[in-house]
Amino acid sequence: MTNGFYSYFADPVQWAWAGVMFWLVLGFAALLLQGSQRLLIRLVFPLGALGALFIAGVGVAGLLLPASAVILPIGLPDLPFHLRLDALSAFFMVLLGGAAFGITVYAMGYFRNMAAGPLALLILWYHLFLGGMVTVMLADDAYAFMVAWEVMALSSYFLVTTDHDLPEIRHAGFLYLLIAHVGAVALLLCFGVLQGGHGDYTFDTMRLAELTPFWASAAYLLALFGFGAKAGIVPMHVWLPEAHPAAPSPVSALMSGVMLKTAIYGLLRVTFDLLNVQIGWWGTLALALGLITALYGVIFAAVQSDMKRLLAWSSIENVGVILAGFGLTLIFYTDGKGAMAALTLTAVLYHSINHAFFKGLLFLGTGAVLHATGERRMGKLGGLIRTMPWTAWLTLIGALAIAGLPPLNGFVSEWLLLQAFLLTPNLTQPYLNMVIPVAAASVALAAALAAYVVVKFYGVIFLGQPRDAALQHAHEASWPKRLGMLWLAAGCVLLGLFPAQVIGWLSPVVQLLTKQTLVNDGNWLMLAPVSAERASYAPLIFFAVVGVVLLLTFIWVRRVYHGRVRRSDPWDCGYPEQDARMQDSAEGFGQPIRQIFEVFMKVERETPDPFSRTPHYHGASLDKIWFILYEPIARLTGWLSEQAGRLQHGRIQWYLIYSFATLIFLLVFTTR
Amino acid sequence: MTLTYHLQIVNLLAALLLLISFAMLSQRRIAGLITLFAWQGAALTASTALVAWSTGQHHLYYSAALTLVLKVIGMPWFFFRIVKKLDMDRDVEPMINIPTTMLIGIVLVIFSFNLALPISELSGTVMRSTLGIALACVLLAFLMMITRSKAIPQVIGFLAIENSLFFAATSATYGMPLVVELGVALDVMVGVFVMGIFFFQIRETFDSLDLKHMEKLKEK
Repeated sequence: MTNGFYSYFADPVQWAWAGVMFWLVLGFAALLLQGSQRLLIRLVFPLGALGALFIAGVGVAGLLLPASAVILPIGLPDLPFHLRLDALSAFFMVLLGGAAFGITVYAMGYFRNMAAGPLALLILWYHLFLGGMVTVMLADDAYAFMVAWEVMALSSYFLVTTDHDLPEIRHAGFLYLLIAHVGAVALLLCFGVLQGGHGDYTFDTMRLAELTPFWASAAYLLALFGFGAKAGIVPMHVWLPEAHPAAPSPVSALMSGVMLKTAIYGLLRVTFDLLNVQIGWWGTLALALGLITALYGVIFAAVQSDMKRLLAWSSIENVGVILAGFGLTLIFYTDGKGAMAALTLTAVLYHSINHAFFKGLLFLGTGAVLHATGERRMGKLGGLIRTMPWTAWLTLIGALAIAGLPPLNGFVSEWLLLQAFLLTPNLTQPYLNMVIPVAAASVALAAALAAYVVVKFYGVIFLGQPRDAALQHAHEASWPKRLGMLWLAAGCVLLGLFPAQVIGWLSPVVQLLTKQTLVNDGNWLMLAPVSAERASYAPLIFFAVVGVVLLLTFIWVRRVYHGRVRRSDPWDCGYPEQDARMQDSAEGFGQPIRQIFEVFMKVERETPDPFSRTPHYHGASLDKIWFILYEPIARLTGWLSEQAGRLQHGRIQWYLIYSFATLIFLLVFTTR
Repeated sequence: MTLTYHLQIVNLLAALLLLISFAMLSQRRIAGLITLFAWQGAALTASTALVAWSTGQHHLYYSAALTLVLKVIGMPWFFFRIVKKLDMDRDVEPMINIPTTMLIGIVLVIFSFNLALPISELSGTVMRSTLGIALACVLLAFLMMITRSKAIPQVIGFLAIENSLFFAATSATYGMPLVVELGVALDVMVGVFVMGIFFFQIRETFDSLDLKHMEKLKEK
């Protein structure tokens, strides 16, 4: 008996499923605990966080141990759930568990003042969401995958519409649900193509299916569309800037940091694992789409004045960078350049986990600001570093990481990706050799603009003078919030300082997908992806040098200039009077970008009257794709529905004619 | 050969059915329509009984008897009663004028003969050639339902479809099993009663049995 029980939990995949079940039980237990709001906050959330830590641990075990599979007796009759945990799933579970732990600890503080009834429901959806995402990563047949995918989509819809009494939030949720389901339909079709006429929807069968290049391309395009809708690839990105600001901050952090990665996971799974052939132009397409997405995202991030919307656009940019890397991996892989494919894939995976940590951290930071000030518009914030030092300093780590500054984690992955771009060997297709330097330049441009966005984000919110008198009373984030942010910030730092180790952990995944691993030519201290002569990076040494220089400067300034500090009003160069309204505003900071890239935007501006006693300014840069692509589709759908509605006359004769015509048609049709 | 004579008579009755269908299509008065419906039932009874006698399919006698009781005596009596009660035996203006309707009817007959030709080759019964007529009667009755706007002609059209289907069943496969036929007969009877109740309700609500008033029920 003991032995049987033991063997049931012998494999990592069973532990992972146990973790999912734990979350589900926790979610439903929350419904029973509605009587005690304190218990929900103080018991359920910490247990959920422990579950996340457990999932991350199982992921680490999955990276080290060989792949394991299990067939669960749930689902439809004769259609059980197949689960499998291999290195790819394990890596994304580490990503999920690591980010979700910090976010769940933070959520304990964020939802502290919520009423018990809505809170219990929110906890249910929250844990279903987490469990759904893990099951997506574990699924080993299309049926289980789609069920988990839908659980994830629906639970996140309910999380987005937590404040469903506001009409714009309902609207955002509806848009999200709609695009999620259009994507899900594409995925369903993709799996239909992948099974290759066997009628068996397990991934094992799909791996064996021999698809012709045409059908393989069809499956790839459907996967790119379906997962692209979830990941927010242009032009399917429109839901992202609506849904992320609408959701509560921990949910935004989870959606942006983790859920977008499930789409990346699915794309990797379908392209490298399930499809038996890969074709070069798939990579070129993904690279082009990725670059467009990255640039489009970062341009719009630069002109936003709502802090969560800005972060949502920045997520689009990061997904674009990841997709571009994915495309480059495919190009190298199909060209037979295995080592380069391994390098690029390492960069893609590295950037995925980095984004989970720093974007999660930034969303949590905005959540803390939102709770302290009740304000999402950057034009009403400013100078918060004085009243909220913890939040400000922790957010600074995330901001520096997303800007790609060493020694933090964002730098490592962007550096690796740029290495891959710049060290492009001679590919067999000459036009690719010409295009890839341009692509490298675009990635560099996106990275530079991302830094610009971050300066705007951080500078306008935390630095300068408060733009509103009420900001003087902003309170610091509570301890659970600080701990959650501290965890993610620590993740950003550690992932940045120990890249050689992280790459070692990634190697089973890279080995699984590209049949080759990235050889680190350096040592544990130094990262040298191709060869030590060409390029290397030693973050610890860099960090030490930065630290020493800072320390020396500090000591020098203290010793030599001590007591000679002159205190005066800052920026008082001929402006004896200065107030918070003279600072650079969010709109003002983004204006150069808006001027340059105005073709992509529909700019709405309302300038104040010079004689007005209460001057009012309004400016918005709207996404033109919405007006070019989505509005015509919406109008066409409305028109078609109206036409279909005209069939309903209410006259019995017409209904009889419909039956009559159908009868005649069927008679003719069946006797042909 | 008695079978040849029987076949001739069945064919004659089938032709009569088609003729009655056309007559129903052109009939303006409701009382006339009910009489025609009774005659249609009578022709159906006769042909069913004849088929039963000539082929020795005894269960068809029961079907014939059922048809006689329900469709020749029962329902026409019921309809006459309703008409008298609601006082509505007057001219019914069809939606399409009568000559056009007749022309459409002729097209439908040609169409169904064309359609039935390959099917009747497959059938092994003595009266397979009448399948086309049965189909034509179904379509003509349907056409009548479409062109009339009053409730009672529509119900009669519906019952005429049922008659024609019954005829199609006897001509193609010597009728359905008796259980099925009993079930159908019961359904028709209940259906007519329910519709009878509806007549009164519609009349009470709209002060008329013209179904075009029901357009008001459409959701805006």
